[in-house]
Amino acid sequence: MIKPELKDFLQSEETKIIKGNVAAAYAAKSARVQVISAYPITPQTTVVEKLSELVDGGLMPGTQYIKVESEHSVLASLVGASMAGTRTFTATSGQGLFYMYEMVHWTAGVRLPIVMAIASRGPAPPWNIWADFTDVISCRDTGWMSAFCASHQEIYDEILMSYKVCEDYDVLLPKFVAYGGFILSHTSKPVIIEDQDKVDNFLPPLPDEQGWPHIWIDPNRPLMHGNLIMPSGFYSEFRMKIHDAMIQSKSKIKDVAKEFEKVFGRNYGNGLIQEYKMKDAKVAILNYGDLALQMEEAVDQVREEGYKVGTIKLRHFRPFPVEDIIEVAKKVKILGVMDRATAFGSPTGGPISSEVKTALHGTKGTAMVLPMINGLEGREVTLEQQKEQLKILIKINETGELPEDLLHGTLWHGKLEVKK
Amino acid sequence: MVDKEKWKQINKARKERPELQEYSCWEELSPIPISLPIDGAGGITGDWRTFKPIIKKGCNQCGICWMYCPEGTIHKTDNGSFVIDYMYCKGCGICAKECPTNNIEMVREGDKKDD
Amino acid sequence: MASLKKVMEDEIACKEWFLPGNACCAGCGLEIALRWAMKALGPEVAMVTPASCLNVVIGLWPKTAPDFPQFNMAFAAGAAVATGFDAAFKAKNYKFPGKGWDKMVSICFAGDGGTTDIGIQGLSGAAERNSNIIYVCYDNEAYMNTGIQRSSSTPHGAITTTTPFGKDRYKKNLPAIMRAHDIPYVATCSISEPLDIYEKFQKAKSIEGCKYIHILAPCAPGWGYPSEDTIEIARLAVKTGSWILFEVENGVLTLSKKSRPLLDPSKRVPIIEYVSKQKRFAGISEKTLIEIQEQIDLDWEKISAELKCQEEYSK
Repeated sequence: MIKPELKDFLQSEETKIIKGNVAAAYAAKSARVQVISAYPITPQTTVVEKLSELVDGGLMPGTQYIKVESEHSVLASLVGASMAGTRTFTATSGQGLFYMYEMVHWTAGVRLPIVMAIASRGPAPPWNIWADFTDVISCRDTGWMSAFCASHQEIYDEILMSYKVCEDYDVLLPKFVAYGGFILSHTSKPVIIEDQDKVDNFLPPLPDEQGWPHIWIDPNRPLMHGNLIMPSGFYSEFRMKIHDAMIQSKSKIKDVAKEFEKVFGRNYGNGLIQEYKMKDAKVAILNYGDLALQMEEAVDQVREEGYKVGTIKLRHFRPFPVEDIIEVAKKVKILGVMDRATAFGSPTGGPISSEVKTALHGTKGTAMVLPMINGLEGREVTLEQQKEQLKILIKINETGELPEDLLHGTLWHGKLEVKK
Repeated sequence: MVDKEKWKQINKARKERPELQEYSCWEELSPIPISLPIDGAGGITGDWRTFKPIIKKGCNQCGICWMYCPEGTIHKTDNGSFVIDYMYCKGCGICAKECPTNNIEMVREGDKKDD
Repeated sequence: MASLKKVMEDEIACKEWFLPGNACCAGCGLEIALRWAMKALGPEVAMVTPASCLNVVIGLWPKTAPDFPQFNMAFAAGAAVATGFDAAFKAKNYKFPGKGWDKMVSICFAGDGGTTDIGIQGLSGAAERNSNIIYVCYDNEAYMNTGIQRSSSTPHGAITTTTPFGKDRYKKNLPAIMRAHDIPYVATCSISEPLDIYEKFQKAKSIEGCKYIHILAPCAPGWGYPSEDTIEIARLAVKTGSWILFEVENGVLTLSKKSRPLLDPSKRVPIIEYVSKQKRFAGISEKTLIEIQEQIDLDWEKISAELKCQEEYSK
């Protein structure tokens, strides 16, 4: 193993060819996080390892790295550290996220601005370690915001933007930043690591001695958090505030994305969604994660054949961008919603497609929605398959005929069939 | 009148912040429920008593009752004597049991009001 | 050895840090343990309390009884949250040096359920990392808060709602488990010796690393005795030798004042005196009583042997 050299840790702008996991680690470094707590799990391990290298190598002076014994303790220790008034970070995946599920609810209940990178992997059984967003999405009701990244640069950028949104005093909610396990976590691409001064100016300052505005540890101003509230007391109303803060955060996400573009020059749509060639599109697919990026290439190639198609990248699942979805659904006749996750027993079997349908309910003049699922548990989705998906939508638009192989109204694309 | 800034009072220094928070609706609430320390968090626990401890004149001010009282309702005064705070004393009887000179008597509460 | 008179002169020790009028039962053992722990530590602490009696006796929102920073927490998370506090204080001390963040004490005050059962993974992890925390287990020997169900800390023969005919297994020896983690300080206390608790906490405060203190805290409704007997029961636990008071500092075992004379078996009170005062041992068989007494005698033989070994080794 190469021993890192102790040098001046102040980063100046640099393009490195690094894995998605390493980009997440550099984002935590740029954000000057104060307490990290992590436990290894495939495919997140290189985040943990890189952070160890950075912290133990003296490149993040003052940062504490707690090497805990389980994921439940990961989030428990971060809850403690964050309540004391520090900026915190961790990363996990799949089964690890499920193990800390109890603490996921607790964190949102205390409204701590913790940012967690998730190298998404499919839930076991059967055992699986590859890209599938079911792990993050199954935490959708907990009060955590969640974002999906389509590229390595986006992982770095989204983590920085997340700290700015989460630590806003009107938001104060934790956030998942998810990306496909192995697809983004273990492949390398050039990533611009930004100049530390520029990041310091963009992000809010680290919490001061007083701590957060809503919870702190100060023997001169002792407080207690977590005691009982009877059903007849204000319990429901405190929960209302979490939902309200999450909905309000939509405008903050948009503002931060705009500011990010101004400072760093990279555009991510309006922050909540990113449209591609939607102006004159007749049909479109809503996608999220790295497949959304590949879909742009598919759109280009199908357009060369003369069809008017487009794609929308969903960047944030929580808060759900209802207004933006309604707007794009008015632009096209058929909207395919492609999930890379499952929600068993839901109206469509796919979590995002179910929510898109809910969002469009009651508004006239919106597209017909075709729920689709592909790429589960890391199955490869090729460019050819994505072009085929677009052509399926074109066919529905032209002939009105739905595909024959729907399962309860949803197209599970790319099914494996072995010919005897 | 809904005062959305009211909750920020709890941020102040100990002497300036309210001892007990009062909110009228969800908009006034602090982002998360924060509790502040106060005597009688479980109510006027003196009401729990069936028997009341009385420190008798023979008390030699050894402090053993103060040491063992679970509630911390036995206080030492400036002149060295010990007094019991009857608003919160739950009447458990430990002080009477542990007093080495047997100078605390547990007296059944009557219909009289406490002083 | 601290004297009561001396302690009564100390300003921090005279103050009540766990405010009266809380929802603890009358004669609660936990309350005495907490009162004296806080008198030794003072208010510059951050305390996390996983699910236990302590979680609810502090009252309902917006009131609370601890006059120091305290946080309720999920059951299994105690030791990890305390580690988080410690890491945050270190980070804050780096950012704001000289403001006293390095003086803050991170403490987890858990019940026997949250320590010996659901919390043991977190505790073992914190001990292995040697996190700079004080982990306190107040042991009322069952899940008292949820209605007296058995925990692995319930002693052999005790009746609980989930062992209605007496528990068959013995009490899990947490102090021995913590000793095996090679942490700087392991100690046991009883609420019948508050000044011993005071001293041990003051010592723990001065040590860097993971400290474990296990306090026996009898529970009147759970153990079945009148509330005024709480101290007497805790005292008998020590006098019979069934609860041994000791300290292990960097691997060196020292018996505490009240337990030292009991190396002589004739000085130990027979266990029947302890057991007969508690309804939870009602209907205990002759056979079980003999088993319990034999186990106590065996434990003392082991301690005696260890002390002899220690003495030989140090020559």
